[in-house]
Amino acid sequence: MNTFSQFLMQLFNGINSGSIYALIALGYTMVYGIAKLINFAHGDIIMVGAYVCLLSINGGLPLPLAIIASIISCTVLGIMIEKIAYKPLRNASRITLLITAIGISYLLQSSFQLIFSSNSRPFPDIINLPPLIIGDITIAGKYYVTIIISVILMTVLQLFVKKTKTGKAMRAVSEDQGAAMLMGINIDKTIAITFGIGSALAAIAGILYCASYPIVSPYIGAMPGIRAFIAAVLGGIGSIPGAVLGGFVLGIIEALTKAYISSQLSDAIVFSVLILILVFKPSGILGQNAKEKV
Amino acid sequence: MLKIDNLYVNYGMIEALHGISIEIKEKEIVALIGSNGAGKTTTLHTISGLIRPTKGHIYLNDQDLTKIKADKIVKLGLAQVPERRRVFAEQTVEENLILGAYTRSDRNAVKEDMEKVFTSFPRLKERRNQLSGTLSGGEQQMLAIGRSLMAKPKILLLDEPSMGLSPLLVKEIFRIIKEINQSGTTILLVEQNAKLALAIADRAYVLETGKIALSGTGQELLASEAVKKAYLGG
Repeated sequence: MNTFSQFLMQLFNGINSGSIYALIALGYTMVYGIAKLINFAHGDIIMVGAYVCLLSINGGLPLPLAIIASIISCTVLGIMIEKIAYKPLRNASRITLLITAIGISYLLQSSFQLIFSSNSRPFPDIINLPPLIIGDITIAGKYYVTIIISVILMTVLQLFVKKTKTGKAMRAVSEDQGAAMLMGINIDKTIAITFGIGSALAAIAGILYCASYPIVSPYIGAMPGIRAFIAAVLGGIGSIPGAVLGGFVLGIIEALTKAYISSQLSDAIVFSVLILILVFKPSGILGQNAKEKV
Repeated sequence: MLKIDNLYVNYGMIEALHGISIEIKEKEIVALIGSNGAGKTTTLHTISGLIRPTKGHIYLNDQDLTKIKADKIVKLGLAQVPERRRVFAEQTVEENLILGAYTRSDRNAVKEDMEKVFTSFPRLKERRNQLSGTLSGGEQQMLAIGRSLMAKPKILLLDEPSMGLSPLLVKEIFRIIKEINQSGTTILLVEQNAKLALAIADRAYVLETGKIALSGTGQELLASEAVKKAYLGG
């Protein structure tokens, strides 16, 4: 195999993990856009999604039903977290919200540890499609499935937010809550829908993540969660295309540094890139500079 | 049609409105004038349900708006053109108009109403696919008014529609307000430009530091010495 083919395969690696980061980053960015809240519990929704899928499969459910069960559980969980933990703090300071979000994250991790112990469990090989062979490049089935599913979901989400009335309302709330209320938009409902969509995407991301790294434990959400958060900031938090771009950029940088520089340094390099981008463009790659209010 | 009864509103520790009462009859144009910080915007925000009063009531026909959520109030037929227009800058002109009709489900009628708005404001039609943030101040004001009309309001509140516009545009906006009223919509107009507001108002109230200081017909107040001194520049 020549070096170029090797490079392409690493690139595919990066696009694979990047598309998972992007799916998670969408949840961060949408919730931030609308509720001005960094939902640090978002990463743990991935873990819940993986557990529900795993337990459903082990309980004998066919895969499609297990996936649906996982999506529904995470959607309900996301909406409940918002209702119980964040909604009463709608007018609280941002730091209060941030601490609450971190608290919810620990709450989810600890309760799953209590119920299922901290031992990691193997996740079944759910995507056993034949690899795609182009010349001397081999792309594993789970890779291209992950990429295709992610791209479809991102496109659907983008269309939803751009074209539907609910999507327009979501963008309106994110831009000016008061003006949105004057249009007759129900803010509570819109925020709940946003949490629901973000959590559903996290459930799918969790399943795809475990398809690539087939281990489930109460802590698996933390690392992809934090990387996706970085991806969202990198792309410009609040921006949907930004989250997608940030996810892919992060995944590719990570894969290439692991392959060509050092796998131990990959996190350091990823974080350095983040710092550099934020030094030169604090609002992120596609983020809008904070506009001055007239 | 709209009756504000002894309304008290607090902003944190500060009392912004101290028991104001205002009545607006169907098809009237009522102006609420007063200087900066008198409580005009607070009054409108309270009517629309963005702020809750500590005491008092607001009745739209027979319903007490102080107990109804903001989004339901729009559905009852009360819309507002907020201060500084507050169009959704990152959405197109057309999307802003669609958002104005958010509470309505009669899709075809909404389409017709959008065409009506475009007939009244041909500039908006030319720019229907442009982001609202790229419009000029006057165009944004027209969009804000058009957007509020999309809700098919029975009563329309306008907060400082003349703000930041050239005299020519102000004249145009006031002509449009008059037109909206003549087509059957009741209007509550908040203005710092007292002269213009009083000229088109059937009746008016003068708000001073959270209290109604004066009220009367537009003509009466235009002629009043106190109003002349304080708001009409001598």
